[in-house]
Amino acid sequence: MKLFGSGHGACPGCGLPIAVKSVLEGTGPCFVANATGCLEIISSQYGKSAWGVPYIHSVFENSAAVAAGIEAALKALGRKDEGPVVVFAGDGATADIGIGCLSGMFDRGHDVLYVCLDNEAYQNTGNQQSGLTPPGSNTTTTPAGKVLPGKVKPKKDMVSIALAHKARYVATASVAFPRDITRKAKRALEFEGPKYLQIHSVCVTGWGIAGKQAIPVARLAVETALYPLVEYEDGQLVRVRKIKDRKPVEEYLKPQRRFRHLFKHPKGKEVIAELQRIADENAKKYGLDE
Amino acid sequence: MEKLRITLGAVSRPLESLKVKTGDWGAEYPVVIEENCKACGDCVVYCPDLCIELVETGEVDEKGRKKKVAKVNYDYCKGCGTCSVVCRHEAIKMEIKELYKG
Repeated sequence: MKLFGSGHGACPGCGLPIAVKSVLEGTGPCFVANATGCLEIISSQYGKSAWGVPYIHSVFENSAAVAAGIEAALKALGRKDEGPVVVFAGDGATADIGIGCLSGMFDRGHDVLYVCLDNEAYQNTGNQQSGLTPPGSNTTTTPAGKVLPGKVKPKKDMVSIALAHKARYVATASVAFPRDITRKAKRALEFEGPKYLQIHSVCVTGWGIAGKQAIPVARLAVETALYPLVEYEDGQLVRVRKIKDRKPVEEYLKPQRRFRHLFKHPKGKEVIAELQRIADENAKKYGLDE
Repeated sequence: MEKLRITLGAVSRPLESLKVKTGDWGAEYPVVIEENCKACGDCVVYCPDLCIELVETGEVDEKGRKKKVAKVNYDYCKGCGTCSVVCRHEAIKMEIKELYKG
């Protein structure tokens, strides 16, 4: 039986199903706890469930706590061999609303793989900014106008937050490289304890791109070093995805409606320069340039 | 005695989404050009609607291996075009549905 099926309600070109099926390919049959968000809406409507694995959705903030409970129960009942526990949560559920429960799960050391599906805003309710929205992005709560050129503050560094909790395996991935996601999910399960995997996932409606552009745009995020693909094992950086001929960030920004204003806004140039600085910093920090 | 089975509340069964045929969503649909297809499986791993699989054509190549090609399940394809973009062998092209022509 398939672990995740066709017929779900995702927009054409959505990155979430690619991320989910790639993770499940790596983990095999598992117990899934899901936070509120796009994935819950598209896959778990009553009578239209797309899941072929045990699945639970509770509320927005507690997916990490629910998963921790499942893991503790499996341990107590001696049923740990029935499969790993996996959390799927969006960027808002991870970095803003559920960060307390996530921190608690890390702290108690539950054997759970936490997957953050990062589409860089609350896309389910129509593009409101979250802690993982990049600077310059035009959202309904950070609208680009006369005063501000979209979101001001940088993306929350969830990788460092997970590392600070001494999570055993911490990695980032992108839907542009699904086989890489599968490998990372598989690798993560070799570690006992909390694991964190953050997957850059395209939102066609929120980012303002056509379904066809989804994968090329996701690829550009990696090729410009704005979304570095890194892997930490027990706190040590072990692998990064090297970039051949790193591209300027404009190439990533131009096709997307959420960044369109940057090319005519009086403060747009500053924001683009800031994004380029972030990309350069990433490239230097992780040694991305080949 | 027959086993008694009580179901409380709303219960979702696995993969009930399969009864939702999303194939009528898009304005375009992919067409596989079989002679170009190398059965690399890229479209299979990228397809967000999990509706492409590799199937045997029945032919055998010069090394005796069974030839496979990508096959799209149009019941679920939403016509996003991701498969045509990721294909490295130009083996999938998008066409507009008859309904949306003209």
